[in-house]
Amino acid sequence: MTNHAPRFWRSIPQRYNLSGTHCTCCNEYFFPPRNLCPNCRRGAHLEEYTFKGTGTIITYTTIYNATEDFERLTPYNLAIIQLDEGPKITGQIVSSSAGVKIGMRVRPVFRILGKEGDKGIIYYGTKFAPLLEQSCAEEK
Amino acid sequence: MVSGIVSYGVYIPRFRIRLDEIARVWGNGEEITEGLRVFEKSVPDLDEDTVTIAVEAARNALQRARIDPKRIGAIYAGSESHPYAVKPTATIVGQAVCTSSSFTAADFEFACKAGTAALQACLGLVGSNLIDLGLAIGADVSQGAPGDMLEYTAAAGGAAYLIGSRDVAAEIEGTYSFTTDTPDFWRREGMPYPEHGGRFTGEPAYFKHVTGAARGLLERMGSAPEDYDYAVFHQPNGKFPVRVAKMLGFSKKQIEPGLIVPLIGNTYSASCLIGLAATLDIAKPGERIFVTSFGSGAGSDAFSISVKDKIEEIRCGASSVRDYIGEAEYLDYAMYAKHKGKLRI
Repeated sequence: MTNHAPRFWRSIPQRYNLSGTHCTCCNEYFFPPRNLCPNCRRGAHLEEYTFKGTGTIITYTTIYNATEDFERLTPYNLAIIQLDEGPKITGQIVSSSAGVKIGMRVRPVFRILGKEGDKGIIYYGTKFAPLLEQSCAEEK
Repeated sequence: MVSGIVSYGVYIPRFRIRLDEIARVWGNGEEITEGLRVFEKSVPDLDEDTVTIAVEAARNALQRARIDPKRIGAIYAGSESHPYAVKPTATIVGQAVCTSSSFTAADFEFACKAGTAALQACLGLVGSNLIDLGLAIGADVSQGAPGDMLEYTAAAGGAAYLIGSRDVAAEIEGTYSFTTDTPDFWRREGMPYPEHGGRFTGEPAYFKHVTGAARGLLERMGSAPEDYDYAVFHQPNGKFPVRVAKMLGFSKKQIEPGLIVPLIGNTYSASCLIGLAATLDIAKPGERIFVTSFGSGAGSDAFSISVKDKIEEIRCGASSVRDYIGEAEYLDYAMYAKHKGKLRI
């Protein structure tokens, strides 16, 4: 059995909470995090930034034939999501029985991303779901 | 020092199966669904487990009162369906809600009352000034063997409570526990489904322990059922909490806001904590809530709670129990079996 525990462990901040970086000089946000701003180079000032996770679906596809690790999930929707701060990321769309649409607003949800068989570790991280309407709260 | 609930959050998966649909497959008919007084139950998504549910509930609790997660000094996660036998659910929750690394953590297991046991542990640490805030969680994706009585009610959900002594939204005035060695329900190591003692789970288990803890607390507090505006009891089905309320002298009106089992099933470690959240969703400052959990094996924890002004300020900060109940998508038995991993590929 393969063991990817160290590789998974290193990316926990990004997977759990969309932790990236922000260049305060040019105001560009990066995900995954960059150590260097391609716009400002030596003049850059990068800081850690946790993305809100809300965004808009740019495009999507539906997977009917998946690799072994994901075959139990089929059919499922994969989308490119533009986060509100700018970066585009690929993520699975869940809880969208009404269908997925380009332009749909989404929020982050915490889900199982994969498992190393029955004995290995469980990978957790961020997927996306349509924004919820709440009876008395603001948009979340 | 006043200690109690600083914030709370729940999470209920959006999928449901109607009990009629389960009865259709196993041919048990209406007598079971009528007898249980449960109409439908929540079902986790394909990629949801106790950890994901606990994280969503904890994030809702933090968001509701806009709490800085770095204040959390303890995380205790109660469940009977932790995804790992060895590796804590609580550490994953801590990382996912962005606590500092300076917190103590452990997983609790006590059938359906592990969540209230976690709450008591946090209350102790807060009361002794060892921590600022404690995060107590009850979450489960409970299991029932196909065709077994448990399958009709074993549901999924979670509730998280931030316990502290500053900006308290509901004071915990007192708590009392009643515990004995009663083998009414169990799951041996490595077994996929629990076993139970059938009718033995009623009188010598649920009713003895719930009434034992409830009467013990009423006596300690010097209070009576009529001193409370609401009451919440563990909800393995729709019948037991109604009957135990009557035995103790609580009215149907008192238990109504927190009686959510007919719509989501038995969420085990989250059961009475979600019932309490549904009550906090509507309770007004000055009102009092009586809560008693039950966990097989067996024990009950009772709490006397007094709602404070702060509740009005935080109530709308996150989704309510009714918001989640309203977000329902129904599955047939085949899709339910796929969601619960009952189909081997």
